[in-house]
This record gives sequence, structure tokens and C-alpha cells, in this order.
Amino acid sequence: MKSHIWRPLYVVLGIVVLILVARQFLVPRSFGMHERGYMYGWYREANVEEWKKYPMSYRSEEYCKDCHNDKYTMIMQTPHAIIQCENCHGPAKEHPSDPPKLEINRTREQCLRCHFPLPYPSSGRANIRGIDPEKHNPGIECAMCHNPHKPTLEGMK
Amino acid sequence: MITRRDFILNTVKGVAGLALPLTAFEILSPNKLLAAKGDSSKVRWAFLVDTFKCVGCGFCVKACKLENGVPLDANVTRTWVERYVLVKDGRVFADNPKGALNGFTTSKIDLGVGNFHDIKKEDIEKAFFVPKLCNHCENPPCVQVCPVGATYQTPDGVVLVDRTWCIGCGYCIMACPYGVRFFHPVYKVADKCTFCYHRITKGLKTACVQACPFGARMIGNIRDPNDPISKIIRTERVGVLKDEYGTRPQVYYRGITREVI
Amino acid sequence: MMYVHGEEWTIKELFVTPNEYIYWSIQIVMYPFMTGLVAGAFVLSSLYHVFGIKQLKEIARFALVFSLALLPVAMMPLQLHLQQPQRGIEVFLTPHFTSAIAAFGIVFSAYGAIVASEIWFVYRKYIVETAMALRSKPDKSSGEKIQSLLYNVLTLGSYDISENALHQDEKAVKILAGVGIPVACFLHGYAGFIFGSVKANALWMTPLMPVIFIMSAVVSGIALCMLTYIVVMEIRKILAARKKTTYGTYQSTDEIKGIEINVIKMTAKYLLFFLIFAISLELLDLIFRGYTAVKTWDILRSIIYGKDFLDIFVFQYGIGNLVPFILFLIPGLTIRRTVIGVLLVLFGVFMMRWNVVIGGQSFSLTFAGFMHYHLPIIPTNLETFKEGLMGAVMVIITPFVLFWILNKIFPVFGVEESH
Repeated sequence: MKSHIWRPLYVVLGIVVLILVARQFLVPRSFGMHERGYMYGWYREANVEEWKKYPMSYRSEEYCKDCHNDKYTMIMQTPHAIIQCENCHGPAKEHPSDPPKLEINRTREQCLRCHFPLPYPSSGRANIRGIDPEKHNPGIECAMCHNPHKPTLEGMK
Repeated sequence: MITRRDFILNTVKGVAGLALPLTAFEILSPNKLLAAKGDSSKVRWAFLVDTFKCVGCGFCVKACKLENGVPLDANVTRTWVERYVLVKDGRVFADNPKGALNGFTTSKIDLGVGNFHDIKKEDIEKAFFVPKLCNHCENPPCVQVCPVGATYQTPDGVVLVDRTWCIGCGYCIMACPYGVRFFHPVYKVADKCTFCYHRITKGLKTACVQACPFGARMIGNIRDPNDPISKIIRTERVGVLKDEYGTRPQVYYRGITREVI
Repeated sequence: MMYVHGEEWTIKELFVTPNEYIYWSIQIVMYPFMTGLVAGAFVLSSLYHVFGIKQLKEIARFALVFSLALLPVAMMPLQLHLQQPQRGIEVFLTPHFTSAIAAFGIVFSAYGAIVASEIWFVYRKYIVETAMALRSKPDKSSGEKIQSLLYNVLTLGSYDISENALHQDEKAVKILAGVGIPVACFLHGYAGFIFGSVKANALWMTPLMPVIFIMSAVVSGIALCMLTYIVVMEIRKILAARKKTTYGTYQSTDEIKGIEINVIKMTAKYLLFFLIFAISLELLDLIFRGYTAVKTWDILRSIIYGKDFLDIFVFQYGIGNLVPFILFLIPGLTIRRTVIGVLLVLFGVFMMRWNVVIGGQSFSLTFAGFMHYHLPIIPTNLETFKEGLMGAVMVIITPFVLFWILNKIFPVFGVEESH
């Protein structure tokens, strides 16, 4: 091994050692091979908990119904019972502390999501009654005349 | 007679030589490799989409974006709804304006580059909506191609991305046959549907499942024989997307047809 | 308006899913192009060192140093493309070898080590002589002090230039050049594997991809070396005509010219051989696809024979392959014809990369939609700079800059190497 021809190899090995040493400092502790094996389970395990702790925004109508019981019971007796409160009122998050007030989506586009008629056979969409937005009171908010919590004829304003 | 210099040099070389393979083998342990074969998790998340019930309202798309921090004005989305309209002469028209973020509020099919194609009611043979999201495949090709181990699969089957480790090469996005991955415009790393992991692990439903008024989306544990979706998948005629790629996707569809790619 | 990555240069047409954009754009075209030049230059150099083809001696040394100049440039497109370039080192820290890209770390480093070591052995006599001369010089300028330090470090502590030592150097070079050929093939084969193994992409998915990439890489490497060799020789001729000496030796214009055309003719033969191989494989792939006509053939056919017809058949196969093929076959090869032929070959190889990378993203996963790529010419922000024409030009220029620097340390011409 005295010959000079091995010297470049020593340089290369030195660099490899450097990388392996750097690994000890730069790679997070929980990184490794986990339950799903090397192909699908090569990751930093601490990340799983981080994803579990991601903050929630939507709370579901169960969260709304106690304080807003009047609107809740009203809508529950109509075909609109199937719509979550937050679909039109936005995510509750930590309401009433944050945000103190929720934005209500009163645009025509919001109602047209379901009530623009599309006569598609074999789709549930065909069963929803709708209007032609260009002919039916164009430019006026739907909620001016229709009560979203009581969209029946009695609920008309 | 060995000199002191040689002795010290040889010892150093020997210790360094031993330390090297040990640190290298930390990467791959044969025992761990063998042990990984068995799948012991009691939970395996799976999803069911009912294309008969979906009306294309798009509430799911918006709820997902707001729940998971994907900006509304960014043209990427973790989930979307496609519209398929089959006309009498056999042609298929399909679109997804902004991924159905604002629903489908016109009968005109969006052909891109400012073109639209209106279809008259009498020409329609069948038409339906197909929500799509990450399939959290059993053999996820996206995880296979990640060069650094930033994306992975949890023991309960959910494929996640480690935002602190992703280098943003985009290989996972190219490898996904379903087009569910994208670059998050704010975090500048790969992103995709996580099955709302932060919600399902607390016993809640995903944002899209909760938002859907028509019950077109369901999530559950396919390993639990009493789970509602488990029963449907076992007993009813359900299909999956792009089965030929061998990815074994875990989003099942009722009412899927051959036109849906 | 919040643009997502890829949106600024992608136009979608017909039925495309929301998240589809041309994510792998010009820099991912540049990357296999540059690594192809690296591999090709090295194979050319090895043709002399391993197979002893004497006429290639001059160009072999040049190709070796140029190969080293190209190597760091191969990393540039990746750094410019990554959304998190500072995390690029993770490929070395936590490589996931089920991914072809993870092979980059090992292959790149191995190849770099081989090329660097081979250059060290080839230039060792020169390094030692220069180091000793500088060391013994009493009054050194500050520039010379740095030079002295550099060359003395480069000796790696060995000053033995006896007959026996030089003989060992020669053997080491032969071994390294021999080992380096499969590694160079791997360097580019893995790049082909990156594309060929993506089952989600109907155009990329073929087992032929790694081989096609290797063959066209060798073609491009040889072509680039021929071109740069001719350019350098022309510069030397101009300097010789003005009776200036270059690097301490003086050769007459006739002497230079004589060396040149023989080398070029010899190298051109190898270029043709690899060119034929590359074209055959690509045509084979196309014929198979058309014959088997699987589900994806409809959309692919509309891309290959429709949307990209100009790019594929006119630019790549026509101007980039057929025309230089004819140019090199016509007897009585001249330097001028060689330059044209070589430039066209390089253009053809670039178009091949372009047609694979961009072409593969020209159609949607729905097989019912298209995406059009508009290369950003004038940068409007950092992204359109990095992934636009400016970024590509930066990548093209850098190897020549690096070669100029390397030539100062390892002079390519007029130096007696170890053998």
C-alpha cells in the first residue's frame, strides 16, 4: 500500500467519511425505515404527529346547533337540512372567540351550485329544481326573496 | 518490529474502517427489511365515492381548500369534481372548471383556451359527476420515486408529505397516474390530499365528506367488517380508477363507467 | 392572482385535470443534455486510454478535462429547478434508492471521483514538475504563492516521478478509464431510467429509454468534443500564424492542420456508429407503439404525428440526425462540413431531450386534453428566470467558463503527459 496510486482513493474515502459524519448532525433522529418497509416507509416518523396536530377549521353543524338552535331546527325541517351550516357560513374555527363573526355567502353563484338546472340522466343533479339565472331576477341576491333556512313557499319574503 | 508510528496509524485506520460500515448500515438493516412484510395495523383508511349521488355542487372542493390551507385563488386543488356528458353520436365531453371550486353553473362544457361547447338536453345520453382525490394506494408509485424519503405511507395507509424534508423535485407529481399531486404555492413543496389525517385520527370525518350534502363521499376503515363502506365495497359493484397500473387504489367508486379515465 | 409553479408557461386545452402543469420544463431538458455531454466526452477519452486508438490521443486529453468541466454544470439545472434547492444535499443524506433520482448521489460522486482521479494520474508528472519548480523559486508573487500552494496540494504528497511511478500511473489511468465507461453509461442510463420507469406517463414508459439516452448521450459528447477541439485548434492556428507561442511550445500552422483532420475523421466514424444506434432504437420504439396500439396510442399519435410533428420529424430526425448523417458520409470530409454536422447533431440531441421531456407532458392524464409549453424568454420573476431561456443560457455557458479555468491548472495542449 506504499504506492502513490492509492492516494486519490484516500481522498474519496475521506469525503465519504465526511458525509457520514454530516449525516449524524443533519438527519433528524426519527428518520428511518418504519412499518411499511424501505419502499413505502422511509421517512421522519415525527412528521406523523405533526400532521395529526394540524389545526381544524370546520367544526360541523353539531358545533353550531346549540347556540344557533332556532336556525338549526328551522332548516332541519326543510330539504336544505342536508347542507352543512359551514357550507354557506364558512368554517367555524374557534367561533365565537375567533372569528367573532362568520361571513355569510349571499351570492347568486352559491345557490346556483345546485340550483342551476342540469338535466343529466343518471345523476342526482337532474332531481334538483333550478332556475335560469339570466331570466330569473338577474343581479338580485337569491336571499332577498328566498329564505335559505326555510326555502319553501311559506318561507318566501 | 512495528514502529510506534505504524501502530498508531494502523489503529486509527482500523477504528475508522470499522466505524464507517456501522454508520452506513444504519440505512438498511436486513432484519427490519424482513420484518416489514407483515401488515399488522387494524386500521386501513379507504374512501367511497357514489357518482349517482354527486350533483357537482363543489362544496367539497371549497371545504377542502379552506380546511387544509390551499389558497382559493390558486389553480391547484387536493380534490376536484369532473363532469362527463355523453352525447348521442358517441362523443364524450368532460370538464372541471377550476376543479369545480364554484360548482357547475352552466351547461356549457369548458374546453379551455376560452372555448365552450353547449350541449342541448335532447342530445344527452348520460351525464354524471366524478369527484376525485388521492387514492392513498396500497402500492403508491409516488412514494416509490421520492429520492429523499419526504413522502411516505403511514401504517394505516395514508400517504403524507413531510413539508420540512421535501426538496421540490416534482418526481412524485410526475409519477402519480391520477394527477392528485401538485406544488403548494406557499410552502413550495409537494402537497396532496391527506384524507384530513388530523381529523380522521380524532374520529371525525374528512372536510369533503362532512361538507357533501348528498352523501356522495364516505370514508372509513376497510379492515373493520362493520364499517359502512367496508360492507358496500365487499357486497356491491364498485370500481377503481386506472387499475391497470397496479397501484391498488383505495378510493372506490359506485357507478363508474369506462369513459372515466 | 396567485400563480402556481408551472402555470406561467403552461396553456391547457380540452380536458385536463386541475393539478396538471408542465412541471418539468427547460431545466429538466438541460439536465440530461448536460449529463449526456459529460458521459460522451468521457467515453471518447476512454477510447484512447483503454483501447489505445493512437490517433485519438490529442482529443482524449482534451475530452477528459472537458468532462470534468461539464460535471459540476450537470448539477446546475437541478439546483435551478428544485423548489427547495438548499435541501438538495438530502439526496446524499437520506437517499431512497427505490427512486432513480436517488442514484444521482452515488453515481454522480463516483463518476466525479473517477474523472478527477484519472486527470490526476494523467497530469501527475506535470503537477509534480510545476510544484517542485514553484517551490524552489525564491521570490514568488502573491499569484505564484497561491499557484505553489495549489500545485503542492494537488500532488497529494507524492513527488515520485520515476520511470516506475509513471508506469504505475499509466496502468491506473487504463483501469480508471475502463471502469469509467460503465459508470459513464450508468450516469446517463439512470437518467433514462428516471423517465422510462414512470408508468404514469404514456410517452416515457418504455424499457428502451435508458439505452436511447445512453446512445444519444455518447453522440452528443463526441460531437461537443469534436466541436470544441476544432474551435481550440483554430485559435491555436491563428496564434501560430502570428508567430506567438502557446503554452511554451511552438507548432507551425501546417503541423496543427495535419493533426486536426486525421483526428476529426477518426472521431467522426465513432460518431456515426453511435448515431445509427441511437436512431435505430428511437425508430424501433415508435414502430412498436404504432403496431401494438394500446389505449394511450390515440393521444400519443396526435402528439407525435400532429402537435409535435415539426419538433420530432423535422427538427430532431431530419435536421438533427439525417442531415448530419449525410454530411459525414459524403467522402472528403472537411473541417467546415464537420462543424456544421456537429452543430446539427448537438441540436438533434437537444431536440430529443426536449421531445421526451416536454412531449411527455404535452398530453393530459385524461388522454383527452393537451398542454402547451411556452418557454419564458423575458424573465418576469425568479421562477421565469430560473426555468426560462436565461436559466438555460446560464447552464450552457458555464462549462466553457469552467473549462477555461481548468485549462489553467491542467493545460490541455502542449503538455507532455505521463504517457
